[in-house]
Amino acid sequence: MTKMIKGIAAPLPLANVDTDVVMPKRFLITITREGLGDGTFADLRFDSTGQQRPDFILNNAPWAQATILVVGDNFGCGSSREHAVWGMRQLGIEACIGTGFAGIFYDNARKNGLALPIVSPEMRDALLQFASNANGAEISIDLDTRKIGAGAMSVPFEMDDATRTSLIRGRDDTLDSLEHADAIREFEAGLDDSMRVSVSK
Amino acid sequence: MSRTLYDKLVDAHKVCDLPDGDMLIYVDFHIMNEYTSPQAFSGLDTKGLDVWRPGAHLAVVDHVNATRSSEPHDAASKLLIDNLQANCTKHGIAFYGLGDPRQGIEHVVVPEQGLVVPGMLIACGDSHTTTYGAFGALGFGIGTSEVEHVLATQTLRYKRMKTMRVTINGDTAPGVTAKDIIMKVVQVVGAGGANGYAVEFAGSAIRGLDMAGRMTVCNMAVELGARAALIAADNITEKAIRGHPHSGQFAFKGESWVSDPEAVFDEEFTISGADIEPLITWGTSPDQSVPITANVPIASDYVSPKAKAALERSLQYMGLSEGQSAQSIKIDTAFIGSCTNSRIEDLREAAKILEGRQVAAGVEAIVVPGSAMTRIKAEAEGLRAIFEAAGFEWRPEAGCSMCLAMNDDIAMDGERVVSSTNRNFEGRQGRGARTHLMSPAMVAAAAVAGHLADVRDFKRKTIK
Repeated sequence: MTKMIKGIAAPLPLANVDTDVVMPKRFLITITREGLGDGTFADLRFDSTGQQRPDFILNNAPWAQATILVVGDNFGCGSSREHAVWGMRQLGIEACIGTGFAGIFYDNARKNGLALPIVSPEMRDALLQFASNANGAEISIDLDTRKIGAGAMSVPFEMDDATRTSLIRGRDDTLDSLEHADAIREFEAGLDDSMRVSVSK
Repeated sequence: MSRTLYDKLVDAHKVCDLPDGDMLIYVDFHIMNEYTSPQAFSGLDTKGLDVWRPGAHLAVVDHVNATRSSEPHDAASKLLIDNLQANCTKHGIAFYGLGDPRQGIEHVVVPEQGLVVPGMLIACGDSHTTTYGAFGALGFGIGTSEVEHVLATQTLRYKRMKTMRVTINGDTAPGVTAKDIIMKVVQVVGAGGANGYAVEFAGSAIRGLDMAGRMTVCNMAVELGARAALIAADNITEKAIRGHPHSGQFAFKGESWVSDPEAVFDEEFTISGADIEPLITWGTSPDQSVPITANVPIASDYVSPKAKAALERSLQYMGLSEGQSAQSIKIDTAFIGSCTNSRIEDLREAAKILEGRQVAAGVEAIVVPGSAMTRIKAEAEGLRAIFEAAGFEWRPEAGCSMCLAMNDDIAMDGERVVSSTNRNFEGRQGRGARTHLMSPAMVAAAAVAGHLADVRDFKRKTIK
């Protein structure tokens, strides 16, 4: 049960940060979910010799400790790779606040306990400003009341009910859905035979 | 009550409502590849679950395999490929692996196998699953946790999208292709402009496209954020689903899979076909495009400081100057391939440009047919000979290859690639690699010219 997310927020104002940038392909050649923390934002965090890029926000105090990102428009666009979300979680990120997210990324985030509160462009810009404070700007995200607290600001956010419930309860969707096995069987029995796929081996 | 095609498809697949506004929807057909499925199968193992309906799944190797040979190029890619095969064997799922005459890029293989018909719901752990909307089917990409969910339940948890219609009226000019149409839509609607929407494409320019063109349009709809793309079924659809290995399983019910005339969409865009020119991307987002006759933007084209900063960052990454003419951009590499543009129709269009011409000195040119069947057909039509005579390397195996550089086709830091693919993101084709998206014919034209070039300046040869 997680209703409240609190932590230092880092500003990442770039628009259209795609999942190739979040998790470059050289980290995708794996059959597990583990070991992806180092790959997360790798080309932004490290130069080609593996040295930290001093100009990248997460390489600098206090944002190296950030657990929340305030992000640009359309974050998470592109490839469906869930590795991007796994890696962000392994890097310690618990939430991204933005104006809108790509659909597959949004669904992947829900499955892995990454909260994606959606705020207006004006409020996002205000939160970007707030997060830029080098003294360590702490933000709180209350999933229960759908409000973000940042200093004196209280910012309402959007999050659909099912995603919010899933984040708070942390349930396993696959096992939950199997409780509807009878409904699935009933639907299946009524399938049109001329639409029933049987793939040749 | 009038309904959109999208709403009809969702209604037809709804199993039951769930709390909080979700529903369970039934997945008629599910496709897997080797890189987004391993953790789904291990999830089944951990939870002790079986595959609900093994016959409704197909696994294809396409993302990590080398296309120079049918052998994996390294141990890591071999591990992914072997893992997928083992999982399929264990669960009784069809597997089209390396060397299989049916292997290829998943979204090229499925239509040529006749596994998509109007009215289906198709899911796949790949964002370009929107391709199947070309057939009046609801196709969309899913993450690995959802792959596990489909394997275990044959359903997905789903929330109904808003609807958008994009109408392309009138004819397009000669030299303008389906790729240019969808690149124009991405430019107009914006890279995230359709987030949360299912997009239906309509209008005479869409109706006039063949099935390959419609697939190109729906494929790249995800680049505007569309979670699903749709084109109403018609007689072109009916013809396209006939004559394939699985066609006998299905009936065509195209008349059911169109939007009602009075259906209302949440959002509408209209574009005149006559306003579309051959386009190229100059930046690092698919909506950063200009006509081939134009120049790269300049900072004063933009008002907001954010947009100016984005322009500056893109130009720096791309190694371009503001205001530079598109046709002055010199290239290192030309790549024809990907689920967007590697079908036989795409290869024919490129070959028309290449016949009797030579790739410019210093340009490396590669073509990777979308599937083994496409390659064999192209070879029989004489296309391979045309590509090779022009100086293109003709790859003997099919796969995604340099579209996302998960195999050994990786562009170098600073290498400039003209590409018939779908994404020009930073690092997409290799760390520091610079991608310009365009149609396959435009890639061929650039390969010959050595710089970005207008396909309309090339007199097309007719293939005998």
